[in-house]
Amino acid sequence: MTLDAILFYVFGALALVGALAMVAQRNPTYSAFALILTLVSLSAVFGLLGSPFIAVLQVIVYAGAIMVLFLFVLMLLNVKAEAREKGSGVPFRLLGVALGVVLVAEMGSVLAAFRHPLAGDFDASAIEVAYLLFSPQYLYVFEATSVLILAALVGAVALARRDPAP
Amino acid sequence: MSLSPTGQEVAISAVKVLVFFGAMLSVFSGMTYVERRLLAFMQFRLGPNRTGPFGLLQPVADGIKLFFKEETTPEGANRWLFVAAPALSILTAFLAIAVVPFGGDVVIKGRPVALQIADLDVGVLFLFAISSLGVYGIVTAGWAANNKYTLIGGLRSSAQMFSYELALGLSWVTLIMLAGSFRIRDIVVSQAGWAWHWNAVRQLPAFAVFLVAATAEVNRTPFDLPEAETELVAGFHTEYSSMRFALLQMAEYVNMITASALAANLFLGGWLAPAPFLQYVLGHNVGLLWFVAKVAGFLFLFIWLRGTVPRFRYDQLMSFGWKVLVPVAMAWIFVTAAGIVFGWNLLVRLVVLLAFLAAAWMAQAR
Repeated sequence: MTLDAILFYVFGALALVGALAMVAQRNPTYSAFALILTLVSLSAVFGLLGSPFIAVLQVIVYAGAIMVLFLFVLMLLNVKAEAREKGSGVPFRLLGVALGVVLVAEMGSVLAAFRHPLAGDFDASAIEVAYLLFSPQYLYVFEATSVLILAALVGAVALARRDPAP
Repeated sequence: MSLSPTGQEVAISAVKVLVFFGAMLSVFSGMTYVERRLLAFMQFRLGPNRTGPFGLLQPVADGIKLFFKEETTPEGANRWLFVAAPALSILTAFLAIAVVPFGGDVVIKGRPVALQIADLDVGVLFLFAISSLGVYGIVTAGWAANNKYTLIGGLRSSAQMFSYELALGLSWVTLIMLAGSFRIRDIVVSQAGWAWHWNAVRQLPAFAVFLVAATAEVNRTPFDLPEAETELVAGFHTEYSSMRFALLQMAEYVNMITASALAANLFLGGWLAPAPFLQYVLGHNVGLLWFVAKVAGFLFLFIWLRGTVPRFRYDQLMSFGWKVLVPVAMAWIFVTAAGIVFGWNLLVRLVVLLAFLAAAWMAQAR
């Protein structure tokens, strides 16, 4: 195995461990840290797959900005370990297991039917990505997405300021 | 001994990592001494001058002392995160050095070796990503200690770093526009020539924004609110002792050194001499010396600031970041873009920027 392959499996495993820990944890702060581990490991995987730009954006946007806000709120409210809620009895667990089985079966059938070749060498350096995004092929989609995000931003401000302004 | 080409690459990288690591650690221990002495002189004191000649062995004595101190963990602290926080801090601090070039290529046995660990295609963005991860160490340290002062210190610092990161990133955008690349090496090379080709001159407003934002980002006075001792005891590291405290302290100094190295690379032409004929002395490329001199200048500036400027109030800090630095950096991006398109020179760009800011200020004041 090459060095790249070894690193790929290490970071892939870390991402999975982080994701499992995030779901399994009772303490929300630990969950947040587990999610950060997953995001950073995923970023390493992107980097190994030859797209450093996406790798870095992953860390800047998710691990560096969104998760900091999550942690900020968790620590400010000083949330303790979650108490067991009502409605976590046997019927709900059975329902959860059943839905989980359905999900795994669906994913398995999709993956089994997957016949596309693996992605070859792909140059996704920052400049290539920029050219692609501003090419006629993606330009309108790209700009429409930014308008969508702007609309979401304005909406968030409007919701937060619903009470009459002083 | 002969190695395969891949083996040689790995060996060279490993040696580079060791050398850079060692260099950072020695500059860190040197800085603890230099900072205390310089601050003392600025305040008409003598500073540490008892250990060794001129007190030069003071860092060694400090290190030994910290090793033998008792490690305490406060009652009710979150053990795991309390131990993990200093490690997180030092990890992010050292990761950032990986993409900072210390000089151009040096030729060793006929083979060019770059004085940089990883010449990443997205170097500037990588630094931005790492600096955004730097918050975690401080926030975790503040929260895990189960103490209201450390918690407030940690929260303050996360809000501060979050806000000033934005201005920091925006101040880099114009440099990327001029160099046409995210690669730090390309940005340095784009400043080749006489000193007025440096980004500190060509990009004066961006340089000003960068200096302020970088000072805030590394939590130095006048932006050291996370550890404001008059209000918060010692902020996020109040409860730390022994080597864990030393690690937090080390992370802070390493961040400061990285910020200085980055400022030298991005704005003062890195290893390039201020005049082209000074690049070679007696046929030798002295780029590394120029680089070290520039970094030392910035480190001195940080200490000088600490000896001169009083601390900001918290609300002033926030409104300064969001209402002054971010708008100025944004406006400068638009002015630079227009300048590139219409071929304005620096003077025109500055006049346009000032006119724009004045108009914005008057519109807001009405």
